[in-house]
Amino acid sequence: MAEKTNETELIPDEALRPEESEKTPASRLSRRSFLSHLGAAGIAVTAPPLLAAAAPALAETQATPAVAAGTVAVTLKVNGQAHPMQLDPRTTLLDCLRDNLELSGTKKGCDHGQCGACTVHVNDRRVNSCLSLAVMHEGDEITTVEGLGQPDHLHPVQAAFIEHDAYQCGYCTSGQIMSAAAVLKEGVGPTDDDVKHAMYGNICRCGAYPNIVAAVQAARRA
Amino acid sequence: MDAFKFSRAATVDQATVSGAGPVKPIADVRFVAGGTNLIDMMKLNVERPKVVVDINGLPLDKVEATPQGGLKLGALTRNSDVAKHPVVVRDYAVLSEAILSGASPQLRNMASTGGNLLQRTRCPYFRDTAHACNKREPGSGCSAIGGHNRMLAILGTSKDCIATNPSDQNVALAALEAMVEVQGPKGKRSVPMHEFHVVPGATPHRETVLGAGEIITAVTLPAPLAGSKQVYLKLRDRAAYEFALASAAVVMKVDSGKVSHVRVALGGVGTKPWRSFEAEHELMGKSVDAANFRKAAEVALRDAKASSENGYKIELSKRCLVRALTMASV
Repeated sequence: MAEKTNETELIPDEALRPEESEKTPASRLSRRSFLSHLGAAGIAVTAPPLLAAAAPALAETQATPAVAAGTVAVTLKVNGQAHPMQLDPRTTLLDCLRDNLELSGTKKGCDHGQCGACTVHVNDRRVNSCLSLAVMHEGDEITTVEGLGQPDHLHPVQAAFIEHDAYQCGYCTSGQIMSAAAVLKEGVGPTDDDVKHAMYGNICRCGAYPNIVAAVQAARRA
Repeated sequence: MDAFKFSRAATVDQATVSGAGPVKPIADVRFVAGGTNLIDMMKLNVERPKVVVDINGLPLDKVEATPQGGLKLGALTRNSDVAKHPVVVRDYAVLSEAILSGASPQLRNMASTGGNLLQRTRCPYFRDTAHACNKREPGSGCSAIGGHNRMLAILGTSKDCIATNPSDQNVALAALEAMVEVQGPKGKRSVPMHEFHVVPGATPHRETVLGAGEIITAVTLPAPLAGSKQVYLKLRDRAAYEFALASAAVVMKVDSGKVSHVRVALGGVGTKPWRSFEAEHELMGKSVDAANFRKAAEVALRDAKASSENGYKIELSKRCLVRALTMASV
């Protein structure tokens, strides 16, 4: 409940928020697109010569799309949609999802396969997307948290996480949810200990574990 | 991460040729299967291949019965699939238990049988390019000897390296007397598990008998011995997601209270998966009791050499083996 109190404190007077603000273009901006707009504006102010010099080159690139040296062609199927891309082979599946496809729901925690924040499904199996190269996934079916459910029709695990308050800061949450959604299909035993054992590849630094276990159990019963 | 050339191999022959290609094949070319170990080390600049060959398209992902009554695990079978395969669970329980005691469900979904065989050490100095490490950079020295070596090896060490082989799978494969099937530019060969890995000696960078361009195609398990019991016992700092401080894999058959067949391998303590022929020899024909198990453990650890922080492992490993033998005898 602590988070909810904090949220109320951050917005002291609900009544002052205009109802229609949800529909104004400015408030429809996501945090991510807001930040990137801010970044572009910052460059325009601080480095106009650089931007001017870059402009013609950019136009040329758009006219004749050239294949950058050392890049590899791959088509990633993510959440049912095919994305043909030309990638530096060093790009991990995680970085590709976040940076190339702007699916930032999948999180980068340790970047070394130790925390589980980057968990996605590849061909219906949960994996650490940080330890896989994107170019290794030609033809694979990849599902991220964005493809699992939507705000108006949540996956049972997502609904259970909200119901059971199974997070604090939320950074590990999409990885926890992707792992839990896989656990539902893996034939894991019925007890809380079985759930803990099946979920130990996902670390939560806030220690929301009791509520995570409760959420997974509730989703399994649903 | 350094830039590299990426290619996808469609056939084993194609892969072996790619692997044998450039001037310094061992250092320059890496095959990638699960990627869980290789990509981790590439991010740390511990591995800096010039060429990465993706072998996931090779037809090496089957589990098949052998004419000899055993089981052949394709090199690309995933750890999670092997661990839950009904024949493995029934006839090679020690392998299933060992695999499930390591890593995390996500990593086991990615990691392959062949890749796990080639898993590199977790020695902190090997993984940190700021330190000397003969395994990472031959001739640079060993920071682990006299450094933080609590997790490191006590068997098979040398003055140049005390790094532990971290795999659980490999300890079980040693106790099961698995054969590693290898294919390379010069053809195919089968290597007994206990000869596949080599002790560091003066060349710690050389960890297996694999040559340039050679690729693991499968691991073959011999027919299970009827009436034998298998145990994998792993001791570690926490109950999950941690490497072994000491582990033991035991395959044992008891007839009329006497050991009629036994295979012993130790993990977490050796520079390679540590098959103990000495313990096996000590146990054969003996009655199953605590005193004889302790004698076998003493023999197994007779040549153990402690470094500054890992002396506790000698007694821990002995007790681990005694406990595993006890579990296998009831």
